[in-house]
Amino acid sequence: MSQSKTMSILKDNLWTNNPIFIQILGICSTLAVTNNLRNTAIMTIGVALTTAFSSFTLSAIKELIPRKVRMIVQVLVISFYVIIIDILLRAYLPDVSKQLGPYVGLIITNCIIMGRAEAFAQANKPLLSFWDGLTSGLGYMAVLMAIAVVRELLGFGTLFGLRVLPTAFVPWTIMIMAPSAFFLVAMVMWWAKNMQAAKAKPAQGKAGTPAAKPATPPAQPAKA
Amino acid sequence: MIPIINPITLFFASIFTSNILLTNFLGMCSFISISKDWRSSFGLGMAVTFVMTITAALSWAVLYFILIPLRLEYLSFIVFIIVIAAVVQVLEMVIDRASPALYLSLGIFLPLITVNCAILGAILFMQIRDYGFLQAVTFGAGSGLGWWLAIMLLAAIRERIEKSPVPAGLKGPGITMITIGFMAMAFIGFSGMIAVQ
Repeated sequence: MSQSKTMSILKDNLWTNNPIFIQILGICSTLAVTNNLRNTAIMTIGVALTTAFSSFTLSAIKELIPRKVRMIVQVLVISFYVIIIDILLRAYLPDVSKQLGPYVGLIITNCIIMGRAEAFAQANKPLLSFWDGLTSGLGYMAVLMAIAVVRELLGFGTLFGLRVLPTAFVPWTIMIMAPSAFFLVAMVMWWAKNMQAAKAKPAQGKAGTPAAKPATPPAQPAKA
Repeated sequence: MIPIINPITLFFASIFTSNILLTNFLGMCSFISISKDWRSSFGLGMAVTFVMTITAALSWAVLYFILIPLRLEYLSFIVFIIVIAAVVQVLEMVIDRASPALYLSLGIFLPLITVNCAILGAILFMQIRDYGFLQAVTFGAGSGLGWWLAIMLLAAIRERIEKSPVPAGLKGPGITMITIGFMAMAFIGFSGMIAVQ
């Protein structure tokens, strides 16, 4: 595989085609743990590894799978890796495993993993698929970690369990509860879309002024 | 966890106070893509409720009569997924035979359900909280109805949003997420009523 291809996959998965704010996949299984930075980190690493390894495996055995039973084979391979992660967590990080509760198992139904297996691993070599899965996971991780930083900092005044803000700071209870995650995801989407629109404009027309980003619909490639 | 909860309380709690979508974020993927259309939302919501109730009961039986006696709990993820896939498959065939009209309205959603996180999520919650059989069934039914309620509400709201001026960057999924956030806040209002969890 060439250098440029690996780089373009990296850029694609981290930014231009990020699983969260562009493809909107797989938020379900992880958003619930984003009020705690450590849990989010462990959970998203789990997702990234599962995506990478299952893409690798599925790409390696793609000639052996009859098309009709493709889906169920994918699910089985994915759950195989998730079980490994679950057992590892229970053995080495029992308290984290307890806090994550059902969400580790829910990595199986994370749409990113299936999505990458379908869209990329079907048509590419195992190593490249591994790289694609890993970078997709990283793109996913970056966004969720950003959300978790805001939620833990404002909700508890801590980062990774360490007190950062002074004790006089009144925690925002809303940040611990579910709605804040939805708002933060929406804000990340908004920011990313504006950034991408602002970047796309100078490329098309010459006189692109990055200052006026939101109120310019023509450069929006968003769905109708 | 709390040992014995009245199944009826649990039923209402899983619809309102601990709505599986709005407090646990489960089933978001299909939620966002389907809720554009009121009619399909209804179909999908009903299918989810149906499948969730049946799979909750079945996986409870599988868990307590097969997996735990044989000490195979570590296989539970794979087994639950297979149970869900099997139920969906059988349901598809039964509905096709019994009522073609229902199949036309529900049928296309059934395959989607296999990878709906809400179903697996409900089963895993049931396992972790050690629910009894009745509780498992009412929890499954309640969670399904809660999901149905949430998607119907969102679909109705989205029809209005279509006609309102939304900043370009927020169009589509962005504004939907914000709407869901407000719905979640509204549902927090129920949380004082019944205490489960």
